[in-house]
Amino acid sequence: MKCIVCVNHVPDTEAKIKVGADGKYIDKAGINHILNPYDEFATEAILQLKEKNGGETLAITLGGDSHKETLRKALAMGVDKAILLKDDSVRDSLSVAKALAEELKKHTPDFILFGKQSIDYYNEQIPGMVAEILGLPSVTAVVKLTVEDKKVICHREIEGGQEIVETTYPVVISAHKGLNEPRYPSLKGIMASKTKPITEIQPIAVAPVVETITMFKAQSKQAGKIVGTDAAAVPELVRLLHEEAKVI
Amino acid sequence: MKILAFAEQRDGKFKKSAFEATQAAAGVAAKLNAELITVVVGNSLDGILSDLGKYGANKIIAIQDPHLERYSTTAYAKVIAETAQKEGATILFFSASQMGKDLAPRIAAKLNAGLASDCTAIRIEGSEVIATRPVYAGKALIEIKINSPVKIFALRSNVFTATPRDGAQVSIDNVKPELTDGDFTSKVIDVKVAEGRPDVTEANIIVSGGRGMKGPEHFQQIEKLADILGGAVGASRAVVDAGWRPHDEQVGQTGKTVSPTLYIACGISGAIQHIAGMSSSKFIVAINKDKDAPIFQIADYGIAGDLFEILPPLTEEFKKLLGK
Ligand SMILES: Cc1cc2nc3c(=O)[nH]c(=O)nc-3n(C[C@H](O)[C@H](O)[C@H](O)COP(=O)(O)OP(=O)(O)OC[C@H]3O[C@@H](n4cnc5c(N)ncnc54)[C@H](O)[C@@H]3O)c2cc1C
Ligand SMILES: Nc1ncnc2c1ncn2[C@@H]1O[C@H](COP(=O)(O)O)[C@@H](O)[C@H]1O
Repeated sequence: MKCIVCVNHVPDTEAKIKVGADGKYIDKAGINHILNPYDEFATEAILQLKEKNGGETLAITLGGDSHKETLRKALAMGVDKAILLKDDSVRDSLSVAKALAEELKKHTPDFILFGKQSIDYYNEQIPGMVAEILGLPSVTAVVKLTVEDKKVICHREIEGGQEIVETTYPVVISAHKGLNEPRYPSLKGIMASKTKPITEIQPIAVAPVVETITMFKAQSKQAGKIVGTDAAAVPELVRLLHEEAKVI
Repeated sequence: MKILAFAEQRDGKFKKSAFEATQAAAGVAAKLNAELITVVVGNSLDGILSDLGKYGANKIIAIQDPHLERYSTTAYAKVIAETAQKEGATILFFSASQMGKDLAPRIAAKLNAGLASDCTAIRIEGSEVIATRPVYAGKALIEIKINSPVKIFALRSNVFTATPRDGAQVSIDNVKPELTDGDFTSKVIDVKVAEGRPDVTEANIIVSGGRGMKGPEHFQQIEKLADILGGAVGASRAVVDAGWRPHDEQVGQTGKTVSPTLYIACGISGAIQHIAGMSSSKFIVAINKDKDAPIFQIADYGIAGDLFEILPPLTEEFKKLLGK
């Protein structure tokens, strides 16, 4: 079984965000980047697929040299090989998806795993786009995955419940929190990751069509009113919600 | 020029977000002097279609087939994209619901269209549609425009208004889709619905609990208050990771993004990753015994005290007010 995970390299959630001089993107200076948290669930999923079914695992990312750090993390978790589609230019989701699909095609994967979303832009676009370009079925926001012979059963999260989706592989799946508990890289894994190969490939160029006009800091809200410190404040709080905010 | 809005239904009922998307699309159509086509996909929906008229739809294309009764990503994406192409629609609106977020990227790839996800505002400048969306956990916002011939926008639930007006006449065009087995390479075979309370992404009111609740047994108090208010129960990651609450209640960066009218945070410190998921709530109430907890920075009203002393009388007071 051939299983591939696509991973992204994103700013740490604690990072202080500063709008860069161009007014469109963040100033990356001094910002710590991590393997996108949802992609850890996706990576764990392909490792488990290999453990059950044998085969090989591969991690792919598209980005600049700094993305190698994230590939090393996937390798340290246990992924066999990694590919860096090396490209630092501004892309939108469709242009990333087209380049990923072009590379994925060459490997004839059985399972292509993604995270549900990147936590920088929350786009939640690339998995569906890649699946469509490759003509494969896709199941997004998956919290449970079972494979029986050729049949794939996924539970995906919807509002107020779960959908149980039946499909077959080759398939594209995006992983949601709850799918599994990502393993921590072992010391041995970390050592081994240093010698595992990262192949660099020039991805196909695709011009972006989604254009950022401007980025600005979210206005920090005025801290509100502390109505009191104990139960005596309850009637006033309810009155404010009813009469001032008019939400009840 | 034609604009297409996808109005999502499940189990023969429109989602509130379907009305929001329809109304937002109608607003854009009016400004751009364009024709709005509202597309509905499913089976046996004749009885509900005219409801869309109240939200600005006048021309409805209903794609109905027994095989479409349950959701299928591949089949729904196909029939919607084909309709957009046949009609020559150049701007498409979806809601950023679980179905909308699943469909829109596939349709974008089919139509070679740029997609703006999870938009929280839309405005028109000249003939350009400009979307605002939060990025980096809500720490920044971006304004974007799309330069491809076909443009797709998915709108965050609960942010755009859906106010019914006296229904205008709607014309309904029933379309029988041409589908083969090959169009259903993935299909929903069953749906598990959590009974009772609304989902956090759809609720008008959310009562949320964090580690300050001290243990799973105390969440009864949260549930009781939520039920009185007709709201949903939310949770911080700390309590989901501890196994006190199911993870579909988690609000935040690795949970759900919510925009209720009222968010009541009980014993939640207000970590940036939690705030990422709820800062677009219209009113925020915080109950926390630590007056310096960051949640008070974004709260509209707060009580800086012990939640175990405050929740019971608060529940009683709301009960009185609502005559329950
Ligand atoms: C990559 C990443 C993603 C994350 N994603 C999420 C996410 O999606 N959602 C999320 O919520 N978190 C997320 N977190 C975790 C986040 O950083 C916080 O750890 C978490 O939100 C804390 O939960 P809490 O507020 O319940 O607990 P705490 O921070 O422990 O706060 C408990 C609060 O309860 C108060 N309290 C205690 N007793 C009482 C009492 N008797 N009465 C009143 N108040 C009381 C305390 O003063 C305190 O402020 C993420 C973290 C990382 C690193
Ligand atoms: N530059 C990238 N290279 C490889 N995979 C990516 C990249 N960006 C996003 N992904 C994958 O696509 C998923 C969804 O990302 P997004 O559509 O950006 O929210 C992520 O969780 C990753 O699995």
